[in-house]
Amino acid sequence: MDERLTISTEEADRRSRQAVDRFRAMAAGAGLVDVAVGTVGSPVGELLVAVTPHGLAAIAFEGDDRDRVLDRLARQLSPRVLMAARATDDVRRELDEYFRGARRRFDLRLDRRLMSPFMKDVLGATARVPFGRLATYGEIAGRIGRPTAARAVGAALGANPIPIVVPCHRVIGAGGNLTGYGGGLPRKELLLRLEGSLPAA
Amino acid sequence: MSRRLPPFERFLEANRTTVFRYLTAAVGPIDADDVFQETFLAALRAYPRCTEADRLDRWILRIASRKAIDHHRGAARRPIPVAAPPERRTEVDPAADGFGPAVVAVRDLPARQRDAVAYRHILGFSVADTASLMGCTEEAVRASAYQGLRKLKEQELKERAAWTND
Repeated sequence: MDERLTISTEEADRRSRQAVDRFRAMAAGAGLVDVAVGTVGSPVGELLVAVTPHGLAAIAFEGDDRDRVLDRLARQLSPRVLMAARATDDVRRELDEYFRGARRRFDLRLDRRLMSPFMKDVLGATARVPFGRLATYGEIAGRIGRPTAARAVGAALGANPIPIVVPCHRVIGAGGNLTGYGGGLPRKELLLRLEGSLPAA
Repeated sequence: MSRRLPPFERFLEANRTTVFRYLTAAVGPIDADDVFQETFLAALRAYPRCTEADRLDRWILRIASRKAIDHHRGAARRPIPVAAPPERRTEVDPAADGFGPAVVAVRDLPARQRDAVAYRHILGFSVADTASLMGCTEEAVRASAYQGLRKLKEQELKERAAWTND
């Protein structure tokens, strides 16, 4: 009897994948997704973006360990983390505009729950550095009233959960060195060239 | 202390195929997709309060089993269209759809037998795992699976007889 009772795993895999596509849209439509995750193609690689009802919470670069990113979102925000591309459409649109040179400032609401209080200060000051301009770590430290904390500022910027949109790439060393970047220095360079802050390659 | 809940995304990917196989048997291949949606929507709704992080595979199958029961109750209440063809399985072709010829009859078994047959003989779970999933003794699992299989065999014989009488 048992061979007459088989259900092929391959077929169930294929059909359940279609069912899951339908499920993602329904779940987002029903307001049951606390952290919607989507991908956005960009000149700095495919970005993973995470959106909550409060706003954009995280952007991860291609090459980051995506399992770890999702784990962190589940742990710190809500376990109801789901890939739901449509719920990330606003972020995708603004990033697309930015990368094709049609946007200099993001109008997205931000969910800052992944930032410590110190990071909120540092990233708040960083967010006020406009497109096409640069600031040094020391300057950011000065602007938040912690003039001797340049090193801690660097660490906070390196852990920026929302790079690109919170423009930590605009903060560089006092001598003009790019110094470091959470997404790697080549990406920092590319972003600054795109903004005209470095000469085009 | 139970383990931390993984992101729902990972839980969904890890369990979707097993749940779909179970539902293909429990409600039939045509309705499996709809009941799959209901199962995972209910799971997503309850997920933050789930206390079974260490056995999420069992948790989701229990939800699927309840949704299958709801589905059968709903189907029993729905009026049967007068002109409905007596053979309802003409809609699927088991061979082409990747399952054995006896699968389509599993959905018509009583709930306990349906689950015992699906868990034991389609998903291949042990008697002990099936018992813990169904919340009953191993003896009860053996009895339900036995009765279910016997009914499936009787059904097959009846159909074969009907074919030859044509």
